[in-house]
Amino acid sequence: MRREQHDYDDIPGTFVFDAERSRQGYGINMFCMSLMKDANRKAFKANEAEYLKKFPLTPEQRDAILNRQYNRMLELGGNIYFTAKLGATDGHSFQHLAALMTGSTQEAYAKMMLEGGRSVEGNRSRTGKGAPKAKAKSKTGKKSGSKRG
Amino acid sequence: MAKIIAGVSSSHVPAIGAAIDNHRTEEPYWKRVFSGFEWSKKWMAETKPDVVIAVYNDHASAFSVELIPTFALGCAAEFPPADEGWGPRPVPVVKGHPELASHIAQSVILDEFDLTIVNKMEVDHGLTVPLNLLFGSPKEWPCPVIPLAVNVVQYPPPTGHRCYMLGKAIRKAVESYPEDLRVVIFGTGGMSHQISGPRAGLINSKFDKAFLDNLSKNPQKLVRMPHLEYMREAGAEGIEMVMWLVMRGALDEKVEEVYRFYTVPASNTAVGHIILENKRKAASKTKRTAARAKEAVRRS
Repeated sequence: MRREQHDYDDIPGTFVFDAERSRQGYGINMFCMSLMKDANRKAFKANEAEYLKKFPLTPEQRDAILNRQYNRMLELGGNIYFTAKLGATDGHSFQHLAALMTGSTQEAYAKMMLEGGRSVEGNRSRTGKGAPKAKAKSKTGKKSGSKRG
Repeated sequence: MAKIIAGVSSSHVPAIGAAIDNHRTEEPYWKRVFSGFEWSKKWMAETKPDVVIAVYNDHASAFSVELIPTFALGCAAEFPPADEGWGPRPVPVVKGHPELASHIAQSVILDEFDLTIVNKMEVDHGLTVPLNLLFGSPKEWPCPVIPLAVNVVQYPPPTGHRCYMLGKAIRKAVESYPEDLRVVIFGTGGMSHQISGPRAGLINSKFDKAFLDNLSKNPQKLVRMPHLEYMREAGAEGIEMVMWLVMRGALDEKVEEVYRFYTVPASNTAVGHIILENKRKAASKTKRTAARAKEAVRRS
């Protein structure tokens, strides 16, 4: 079934963890939650595919986890506070995950943050439709639609 | 009668907690962040609240996706720090105030806020980082803390208006409590940040500064702000800022802004902090003028 479209789906580079994603991603998030226990972390690392059988996952979700495709996990219903636990189990810092999700290197991502972060300019709307509406309501709304690199 | 004397808002970035726990607060990167709370710690030590009500959110620590309460009020006698994957933070157990908490629960439910009562709960960095920023790192927290956990993880969180109105109901509840308690309410989280997806790293200082201005002077401008605007302008996770409106709703319409601090970044997040005091009705004009003069100095 096709995902129901919402106003917030217009925000670029963003997978809002809504009720639909939460329902679909229950298995991903409960798997990630299980990694809070050391024994589970060890069992997972010993045989990842076998460990994942304990959770209700679609083949796409399972592959996204095994291949550490963090954006895909979010798209399929994972939530960042949960998927971050998988990153931690792999021994990665959060910045490592942020670099993966943004298609950047960790160094470049860290530099961007030190320089004040990613600008909202050009990052408000996929279609440009959302921007004029935001402008009417807030003084911060500006032209958008082009994606910042 | 108990009363709410002031409201404090602060970011609750986990890396701030890690910097404290790993003794890195003197490093230039972190000193920039912590120096912004030095005055606040003195203010807190002088204010000496009897109770703190801390509005915060859990980050997949106490609540997984099995149970997602929109508003959960901690009525327990104590709340141990949660193991967030690296062992619990080495901070004191948070002692609650079960009498006041259950009084608040009873009062706000009759005021039509159907919150969840929690008698057993661990608390994560969302609560303990702001306690560190305002109280430092004492052996015991200096006063009881009533946690109010708000769901901002699964969309939709409660609306800003709902949060603001809950603040008002909490104030009414506090003021109907017979014991003379001086209460400070915390709103935590934010400010602008996005930590998920290809747009991660988003910061919007212009939005944040306008939010702080309005929070202080024109809260009515914020209460109807749609979730879409928070997410678009301040990042998917910036929506946490609705929690600041619970704090604001619990204060007078007109307040005295006594302190403000803002810096970018702490890891992925813009750090914002504000202290708002209810104006003391008995305060003389001279006292107020003096306070305003002090404020001008503090707001750098």
